[in-house]
Amino acid sequence: MQSKSTSPLIDKEIVARTLASAMKNGGEWAEVFVEDRQNASADFDEGRVEAMTSSRDLGAGIRVTVGEVTGFAHTSDLSPAGLDEAARAAAAAAKGSTMNIPIALRGSGTSKNNVAIPPSSVPKSEKVKLLRLADASARAEDHQITQVNVRYSEGCRQVLVANTDGVFNADNQTRTLLSVNCVASGDQGLQTGRETVGYTVGFELFDEHDIEAMARRAANRAITKLLARPAPSGQLPVVIEKGGGGVLFHEACGHGLEADLVNKGASVFRDRLGELVADPSVTLVDDGTMGVEWGTVAIDDEGCPTQKNVLIEDGVLTDYMWDHMRSRAEGRSPSGNGRRQSYQHLPMVRMTNTFVMNGEVEPQAIISDTKSGVYVAQLGGGQVNTATGDFVFGMTEAYLIENGEITTPLREGNLIGNGPEVLKNIEVIGNDFAMGSPGTCGKDGQGVPVGDGQPTLRVAALTIGGTAN
Amino acid sequence: MKEAVELPDLANGLLSVAHDSEQIEVCVSRNRSTSVKAYQGEVESIKSGMTEAVGVRVIVDGRQGFASAGSLEPRVLSQLIDEARENLKFAEHDPYQELASPDGVAPPGLLLSDPAIRSISESHRAAVAIELEKRCLAADPRVKNVRSASWSDGWGEFALASTSGISVHSEGGSCSVGVQPLAEDGTETQIGFAGDAARRPDGLDLDRVVNEAVEGATGMLGATQPDTESVTVVLEPSVTAAFLGIVAGALTGDRVIKGRSPFAERLGESIAAAALQLVDDPTDIDSLGADNHDGEGLATRVNSIIENGVLSKFLHNSYTARRAGEISTASAVRGTRSTPGVGLHALSLVPGTATRQQLFDEVGDGIFIRGVNGLHSGVNPISGDFSVGAYGHRIAGGELGEPFREATIASTLQRMLLDIEAIGGDFEFLPNGSGMASIVISGIALSGS
Repeated sequence: MQSKSTSPLIDKEIVARTLASAMKNGGEWAEVFVEDRQNASADFDEGRVEAMTSSRDLGAGIRVTVGEVTGFAHTSDLSPAGLDEAARAAAAAAKGSTMNIPIALRGSGTSKNNVAIPPSSVPKSEKVKLLRLADASARAEDHQITQVNVRYSEGCRQVLVANTDGVFNADNQTRTLLSVNCVASGDQGLQTGRETVGYTVGFELFDEHDIEAMARRAANRAITKLLARPAPSGQLPVVIEKGGGGVLFHEACGHGLEADLVNKGASVFRDRLGELVADPSVTLVDDGTMGVEWGTVAIDDEGCPTQKNVLIEDGVLTDYMWDHMRSRAEGRSPSGNGRRQSYQHLPMVRMTNTFVMNGEVEPQAIISDTKSGVYVAQLGGGQVNTATGDFVFGMTEAYLIENGEITTPLREGNLIGNGPEVLKNIEVIGNDFAMGSPGTCGKDGQGVPVGDGQPTLRVAALTIGGTAN
Repeated sequence: MKEAVELPDLANGLLSVAHDSEQIEVCVSRNRSTSVKAYQGEVESIKSGMTEAVGVRVIVDGRQGFASAGSLEPRVLSQLIDEARENLKFAEHDPYQELASPDGVAPPGLLLSDPAIRSISESHRAAVAIELEKRCLAADPRVKNVRSASWSDGWGEFALASTSGISVHSEGGSCSVGVQPLAEDGTETQIGFAGDAARRPDGLDLDRVVNEAVEGATGMLGATQPDTESVTVVLEPSVTAAFLGIVAGALTGDRVIKGRSPFAERLGESIAAAALQLVDDPTDIDSLGADNHDGEGLATRVNSIIENGVLSKFLHNSYTARRAGEISTASAVRGTRSTPGVGLHALSLVPGTATRQQLFDEVGDGIFIRGVNGLHSGVNPISGDFSVGAYGHRIAGGELGEPFREATIASTLQRMLLDIEAIGGDFEFLPNGSGMASIVISGIALSGS
């Protein structure tokens, strides 16, 4: 295990001076967020490396607040003068009564890089080998695989957050990902299959995950769908395979539990703390500390350590998720959910890793107990209207269930439901919890990495958006 | 902050390091933006920033490397060329991989930069955002709250230079507003959204934004789930834009040459109802997608993609054109931070003449779709499968009726194009640059209860 200490992205004294400058024209609270991000990716398409790219971003966002008013300015100029100008711009926007508090920054402002193998230390030729291996494995699976696209990406994001409460915290976030997209070509047209493996780890990812097997799974998803028939249209019971449908909870209730949306009356879950909002078998958690999952971070983008937050316990709504602004306004502690896409963005309440805890039933029993319905093995993305709770999400691999058995594969389509109704309609939860594929959650135009997971479970009824009657 | 260096000089200056065997393309940009949000009659946040970016492509012997950075510091720039050179060592030879060369087509000479954008005052931004919120609250007693009311404006400058003789420079700005009112009735809440964008502040139509947003929220109160059946749908212009945007995306060069389009083999064939005429026209200054150059610096041009229902052209950048044995349609799209892809600039539908009411009369019984969601999860542009969440109103006896929600509409892209029954005359340019009208499509599977 390599454990390298780094020096702060910006010297403590300069940060303190920038904060003081941000407060000079007035303000109750100020924050400096510094980010240094290095990404690299490689695209393998049509049997060859199509492009290798790398990018570097370095900049700071400065925030000043007065009550509920926020001023924010960002800059890529990290010189003391550049920081000072951004601080003044942010302060001018907030226009508070003058305050001059001495700023004592605690913490070292440094972080350890805990990944075993930093991806940037691995020769690019090794990465190309992986891409080739995935491509060959997918193509070898079946002659009907006509296109394979493999994408490798690595990202190292160092952040430093300081504020006038004395916070001076840093984090070093390394993520590595490989995805395989296959196109299969049959008599009835083209079908696609996708598989992704990604964790908050370094290049050791590939010691722990079998890329050949993953590429074969992607190929088989596409091939299976060549025989798929149109999905049904209308309401049916739906069984969702472990790890394949955490996005259901992310959309169905996760967004509605974000305190900023609750505060503005834009959530169906407002004023419902302490109420039974889900079937008593449901316990929903958002946990930013969870191992090496995709949504894991040591601190959020406001410098607050992440934690395990139980949102729904045995069906009862226990808490929302919080950022600095909302928790301060409500006089409570934040929950480590203040996140932002980059230094150019204001943070807001975001999920990290959101999942439903294990139940007690064997997954096979859930399937055999379903007379007729749809079995969803993999869900794509989703979208929710938090005001009404109505959500959609895409089925990228699904089958019919007939007399307790998984039968015909189905073509792609969306499922639609209403969050509060679906939570109450969860009939049975399996004992086979698994996390799903890495995801990017979008909110107000900002994307952040998130994870989700769930055991196999059955919802009494969802509306399936197919074309077959 | 430093702003001394002229971007075209910077881009051209970097080309001097090219070796004889190298092709280099440098793309640099600088943007300033400000946005203001209002809440409960006060400014809630003011956000401003300046971003600079550079992207460098180096091609040697058909191998391409790319590197980008969010800074124009001289130190960063010199490092970047070396990084792109390093990256290309691992790319593989592709005989079609080279930079675009000037093709003699003259740019349309559009004047896209309006200085009015550069003199917007802080107080104007705040006043408009606050007014938007206030007017939504005043428009209907059921509007109890506004989730967000915002103003944004920005000014950007872009320069591109390459060793193949391309050198272009552009600058311009735009401003936009958006508002999300919440309407309540008993325990039910509905959210509406509307926005507008323009190249000058007086180009924004606040009346329309307020009406549309408030109507979007209040009109959906009392919505119920419809029955599952096969229906004829009327798509409002923004929904038409979403549908035809996906179709046109499947007609772009990279999808076609790589066999990832259901229309790849159908050039010259009838793929849609004869009423459909689809054009990508970035030379039309009324579109916010208008531009003088594409992402590789070639002059933009009018591209007719579907004529009388016949697939007449695929869109290409210089790479996909070379592979397809065609010439570029100047359809390269890119950010400074990415290599050029192929895409749409200003997709436009040639409108019909019928008013929306005439379309409803023709349909008789059906549904009017005001919005769709789950486009990114429910549409597969490779297989053509189409299934999205939808909300709107029932149409009964030619009249707009009760609202519906929690439904999906499904078909395939291939089927939907052929099932277009009529195109409305209610043409409008949307904030995303597309010019669209309502369309009528039959044989859609509506899934509800």
